[in-house]
Amino acid sequence: MSTPAQNGENFDPKAVAYLSSADVVSVQRGPEPGGVGGAYRAFGETLRGLKTTMARLIEGPLTIEYPEEKTPVYPRFRGRHKLHKFEDTGLEKCVGCSLCAAACPADCIRVVAAENIPGDRVSAGERYAAVYEINLSRCIFCGYCEIACPFDAITMGHDYEMADYDRSNLIFTKEMLLAEPIERTPLKSEGE
Amino acid sequence: MLALPLADVNFVEATWIMVLKSVIIFAVIFGILPVLTVVERKLIGRFQHRYGPNRVGPFGILQPLADVGKLISKESFRPANAVSTLFILGPLLPVISGVLALAIIPWGDVQDGVGLYGIDVPIGILYFFAVGSIAFYGLVLGGWASGSKYSLLGAMRSAAQLISYEVAMGLALLGVVMMSGSLSLVDAVHAQGEVWFIVPQFVGFLIFMLAGFAETNRTPFDMPEADAELVQGFMTEYGGMRFGSFLLVEYMEILVVSGIAAAMFLGGWMGPGPSFLDPIWMLVKMLGLVFAFIWVRATLPRLRYDQLMSLGWKVLLPLATLNILVTAILVVVT
Repeated sequence: MSTPAQNGENFDPKAVAYLSSADVVSVQRGPEPGGVGGAYRAFGETLRGLKTTMARLIEGPLTIEYPEEKTPVYPRFRGRHKLHKFEDTGLEKCVGCSLCAAACPADCIRVVAAENIPGDRVSAGERYAAVYEINLSRCIFCGYCEIACPFDAITMGHDYEMADYDRSNLIFTKEMLLAEPIERTPLKSEGE
Repeated sequence: MLALPLADVNFVEATWIMVLKSVIIFAVIFGILPVLTVVERKLIGRFQHRYGPNRVGPFGILQPLADVGKLISKESFRPANAVSTLFILGPLLPVISGVLALAIIPWGDVQDGVGLYGIDVPIGILYFFAVGSIAFYGLVLGGWASGSKYSLLGAMRSAAQLISYEVAMGLALLGVVMMSGSLSLVDAVHAQGEVWFIVPQFVGFLIFMLAGFAETNRTPFDMPEADAELVQGFMTEYGGMRFGSFLLVEYMEILVVSGIAAAMFLGGWMGPGPSFLDPIWMLVKMLGLVFAFIWVRATLPRLRYDQLMSLGWKVLLPLATLNILVTAILVVVT
């Protein structure tokens, strides 16, 4: 025999002694489907749906057409690395200390340091990086290199289009990292 | 001239004019069809905050050329256990029915001794129902002859769909027929000189459009195709241009249903301006209704098969009957 409580109809929490009224959540049910009322409601909902889609049509597309248009990145976006020079003297900031290579969890940075010759200085410090390579096919873009660097010589840029058909092309040398990126990545403006 | 006693027509003209008219109607309609495919895809995109196809040609207008080129270059294969003649007949019947139905769409009145319509048959609407139903033979035969369970299910569904909306569709147009006093579409347009029939026959218009969605196998009544659960239903085993002709027919049927609805409810070619604008007005009204088709497709999900049947038999049919009853009383009283 099924009681009303078991059917879920006219459920009275007081009838079930072990349930306190706080445990009972009242459920709001929609109207029963079918019948004239159901058809009327379905018609109304259909009109509401038509209104919704028409509003989307009027708003216009939100697509960013990627190869032509790029998604703007945030200022702290970690993209391709950049090596920096002093703007006034033109000397490289990197002194070849290899702290970035030590910090790198993916072990993708290779630095070979060399002594500066007094007449032909490359960097501002005693030594400079004769070889500075980042293997971007291994880099995980964590940004630890930029945190480890004591001279802000390496920072993460905003470029993210680095795909290539050949892995050897993804080992970026010092010259490539010092050069300005060919295409600028747009930055998100304030509050965007 | 050899007079064939096949059928009465309300307006007779020379044979070469008839041929010329058919060529022009063909050229216009088959010019619109590819544009319609790309317009639909672009509009659906806009309804979903997208652009739609815009890679082939400026704004993607050459997309239909690319599509047709792809379809033509594909192999017209046939499954091993398909019934060959019926399999080939499948896509042909809907094309024939769609082209036949185009003949009665009125593009304008008789101007300079030429009626701007394919033919004005006095049985007008009955002709539309007669040839419109032939299309479903194509669907059912094609689906059945494919020898595939998905195709068979799609074919069964299209048969079930046909019987659930066709009655309501006919009854919806009966109100207009009673008000205009003629089955001919040209007479129906003439009867709308004062007020378009969409005003007194609004219920009939809604029922006709709902049934029209089912007639053209469009969302929300595209159960025979149902790409999600039946992998295109009756079209599953078709490829190449045979598949293409099924698609073509879908758009042609949309144009036909829009044309019938525009002539019966929206005043046909009536519009401001000189009389040579009449076909343009008709086309504008048709394209407006085509937009409604696309709008509904962008909005509504597919109904379940039993839901369409209960809608057709329990809602549309009584509503259409009531509509006829009220119309009949009003026509007799006034």
